[in-house]
Amino acid sequence: MTATAEWLDIGWVDQIPVRGSRTVQVEGGDDIALFRTAEGKVFALLDRCPHKHGRLSQGIVHGGAVACPLHNWRISLSTGEALGDDKGCTPTVPVKIDGGRVLICRASTLKAAA
Amino acid sequence: MEHRPLKPAADTREHLVVIGNGMAGCRAVEELLARDPNRYRVTIFGAEPRVNYNRIMLSPVLAGEKCFDDIVINDAAWYADNGIALVAGDPVLAIDRAAKTVMTRSGLSEAYDRLLIATGSDPFIIPVPGKDLPGVIAFRDMDDVDTMLAAADAGGDAVVIGGGLLGLEAAHGLSLRGMKVTVIHLMPTLMERQLDEAAGWLLKNALEARGQTILTGADTAEIVGDGKVEGVKLKDGTLIPASLVVMAVGIRPSVALARDAGLAVGRGIQVDDHMVTSDPAVLAVGECVEHDGQVYGLVAPLWDMCRSLADGLVEKPSGYRGSVTSTKLKVSGIDVFSAGDFSGGDGCEDIVLRDASRGVYKRVIVKDDRIVGAVLYGDTADGSWYFDLLKKQEDVSDLRDLLIFGQAFAAGGGAADPKAAVAALSDDAEICGCNGVTKGQVVSCIAKGAHSLDAVRGTCKASASCGSCTGLVENLLALTLGDEVQSGPKTMCKCTSFGHDDVRREIVAQAMRSIPEVMQQLHWTTPDGCSSCRPALNYYLLCALPGDYVDDQQSRFVNERLHANIQKDGTYSVVPRMWGGLTNPTELRAIADVVEKYNAPMVKVTGGQRLDIFGIKKEDLPAVWADLNAAGMVSGHAYGKALRTVKTCVGSEWCRFGTQDSTGLGVKLERMSWGSWMPHKFKIAVSGCPRNCAEATIKDFGVVCVDSGYELHVGGNGGIHVRATDLLCKVATEQEAMDHCAAFIQLYREEARYLERTAPWIERVGLAHIVARIVDDEPGREALRARFLFSQSFSQDDPWAQRAEGAEAEHHAPMARFTPQEELA
Ligand SMILES: Cc1cc2nc3c(=O)[nH]c(=O)nc-3n(C[C@H](O)[C@H](O)[C@H](O)COP(=O)(O)OP(=O)(O)OC[C@H]3O[C@@H](n4cnc5c(N)ncnc54)[C@H](O)[C@@H]3O)c2cc1C
Ligand code: HEM
Ligand code: SF4
Ligand code: FES
Repeated sequence: MTATAEWLDIGWVDQIPVRGSRTVQVEGGDDIALFRTAEGKVFALLDRCPHKHGRLSQGIVHGGAVACPLHNWRISLSTGEALGDDKGCTPTVPVKIDGGRVLICRASTLKAAA
Repeated sequence: MEHRPLKPAADTREHLVVIGNGMAGCRAVEELLARDPNRYRVTIFGAEPRVNYNRIMLSPVLAGEKCFDDIVINDAAWYADNGIALVAGDPVLAIDRAAKTVMTRSGLSEAYDRLLIATGSDPFIIPVPGKDLPGVIAFRDMDDVDTMLAAADAGGDAVVIGGGLLGLEAAHGLSLRGMKVTVIHLMPTLMERQLDEAAGWLLKNALEARGQTILTGADTAEIVGDGKVEGVKLKDGTLIPASLVVMAVGIRPSVALARDAGLAVGRGIQVDDHMVTSDPAVLAVGECVEHDGQVYGLVAPLWDMCRSLADGLVEKPSGYRGSVTSTKLKVSGIDVFSAGDFSGGDGCEDIVLRDASRGVYKRVIVKDDRIVGAVLYGDTADGSWYFDLLKKQEDVSDLRDLLIFGQAFAAGGGAADPKAAVAALSDDAEICGCNGVTKGQVVSCIAKGAHSLDAVRGTCKASASCGSCTGLVENLLALTLGDEVQSGPKTMCKCTSFGHDDVRREIVAQAMRSIPEVMQQLHWTTPDGCSSCRPALNYYLLCALPGDYVDDQQSRFVNERLHANIQKDGTYSVVPRMWGGLTNPTELRAIADVVEKYNAPMVKVTGGQRLDIFGIKKEDLPAVWADLNAAGMVSGHAYGKALRTVKTCVGSEWCRFGTQDSTGLGVKLERMSWGSWMPHKFKIAVSGCPRNCAEATIKDFGVVCVDSGYELHVGGNGGIHVRATDLLCKVATEQEAMDHCAAFIQLYREEARYLERTAPWIERVGLAHIVARIVDDEPGREALRARFLFSQSFSQDDPWAQRAEGAEAEHHAPMARFTPQEELA
């Protein structure tokens, strides 16, 4: 993985299926889930549902949210907050797209590993 | 173009040299002349051998709606009248900032006091083999149009690479000129940067209806041909013949001159708010610049830039602040508009209006009471109004309810209560366009006792077809009955006002073929549905169109996507199929090997007589399946809304009580029905005698063998609400038992709602209905069975085998690995 001081280069945007997700394995910590919405926006969250730690990367992506595969909580992709009546929050990781490459914030990723 | 003397005698004014005789360069000069016609002596260099024309109108020229003369902005007289020297057809090759001169290809050198770079963009050519073959062109200037027209005259096939604005306009023009056009687009939806999935789908349909072939998700591997273009080969091996290939995959700011001259260049030539580059004597404007991190590919921002530029040149600086853009596709008869941000996100609210009969889709995205984006298809009349509200950041809370109906409606009604608007309608105003029902008819039908939406739909048919008048009917109910309204039928989810049965009926009646089509025709109120309706629609379409419908993987729950059961720690359990609960040493050995090789922490015998291997990591799944496949085992579908297991007892083969070969029948039933997708999970069991050791009477379909034949039971359920089966009928032969089973499954597949088990389904429709369809109606049963077997001919494809061979391998591997220790080291 190539990297700069602040950003980690993860790969091409196209590698993430539309309305789907891929993960980044973080040694010694939770994976980070990368999502790509129907409109092509990319988001990164810890791959861990605030409810009972379901793998959000395995959920159904719709609009700007993902439905957790375990008990169907809906989690906002941009804030990580549970939507509707459920309460809880998954940490988000800043992402940026540069020339078709997906970059995620190094500091937040290190925090995930901690 | 003849060369005029560049410097009239004794002109002492400052000399402004413009590189680029395009839209921005000339507009900048126009703006300057409007402010002070005598301030500068102006010379314009243009690479193209012609006067300044409206580039965006190249599309209508290609389509035959306009000719070149129609699109000229400034003719030769304009240059002469304003004393502008034009050097056309002679591109500038170098800038010498120290000497303050520019040098052209023909060797002409010209000194400047101020230099303006307006070189526009270069088309991006994807670096595939064959890209330089004659017949491969971009779509940027009049020469490209001439090449396309010549190719079209010769007839034949054209391929357009890129399904964005430019590509689609090229495809439209070529197709009107008689070529057979294929558009190759990498992304799943057309114009994905401007349109959402719903609008992209409508657009694709409309273009296909006009005879174009649109391939989405298609990646170009190479352009083939011997001395000239002969075709395009895709990465999946498809070869599309073509005598012309138009590359319209994007543009890059044309910055080479500026970079060579040592000016600051990022994605474009970097300028400040007054369009001044890193050299105060040099300005830049148009698509070639980068302002505040942004580059633009549309004309509207250029106009804003040119104003600020001219203000600066006459020392009345105003300052450019960036632009918000909107897009319209110039394909006659197809109206598409998009503006702002439509990617949704927190606090964003979608207001969606769909009108299937008119082919309209409108979506306005509101955040904090302000419009942040709009996507319109089919009816773009209000595009400019929405765009205006968006740019002005106007508070739309008062207009909220009527916003989507457009300016005429919202402005007329102001903040009017929609109920009041309905009350004001006359009695003969039409409420339901599909069934021609007036307000008077709806009101009288409510007065006669139809006190719910369902009842109104059932009696006068209002809102019973497309459903777009549901809101009006609900308002009429509320007006007529006050608080007595009964809530309508349970809808599928909050994205629609339709219930499951309505949706299914319409899918079949209107022969719908895709999820976006259903959402459009049935007026979904969200752009891409939710986790409730997507899987349901996917199933309904799959059931209605066996062999034809392409399953949408992103609309399936993870278990059905990965063909394994997700466990609470995120690992998966894997259950290989064991036909009728039978196994053998090879299979057992393969399972034992998998358990050891992949360190599965647990193996368990399931309630359905299978072995379940727990704790398999997602990335190991394909290898596990490959090992199990090698021993002849296939996916057990223990994860799916599908046939799970057929549980059997030993039966007459071994048991002293056995009356029939229950094990053998179980194996046959499982071979017949595995792999079939259903509304919910489906379990079968066969017991060899009424002692019923296989617990057949709490299964979805159970067979209890007796001396004289087979008792067939349906609708049983273990689980929270235990329900014993109902006896469907008794048959004499194994074949009849199989036929009834197939017919019953198909009836369940066609009639039950998604996520409805057989038990609640039978309680809802009544056993009598099932008996009438399966037992009493022999031809009907036979037809059901035939439909089931037809559908099965497409579904008995081991999903494991495909994936073990590498299909969708990327779903299993992480995209990247990050090791902090290495990082820190
Ligand atoms: C087919 C088509 C349809 C379009 N439709 C729309 C639309 O519907 N709406 C919209 O907003 N936008 C549309 N656009 C985009 C719009 O045309 C551009 O945004 C606009 O033309 C950019 O203006 P510009 O002056 O920066 O570049 P250009 O208009 O490209 O002008 C740059 C000029 O500089 C010349 N040049 C480059 N290098 C040199 C050099 N070294 N020496 C001398 N001359 C040089 C080029 O030959 C060119 O003539 C369309 C574009 C195309 C091609
Ligand atoms: C009416 C009383 C019953 C009698 C006389 C009876 C008798 C038998 C016999 C003789 C066998 C075959 C054993 C063998 O493999 O050799 C058997 C198997 C079995 N019985 Fe029963 N049984 C009765 C009721 C039940 C009930 C109520 C259940 C559970 C709900 C049950 C569950 C089983 C199971 C799971 C098997 C193994 C079936 C297989 O996998 O082949 N039995 N029973
Ligand atoms: S159901 Fe009857 S035939 Fe089957 S094992 Fe039990 S006793 Fe034997
Ligand atoms: S763990 Fe995500 S909803 Fe329960």
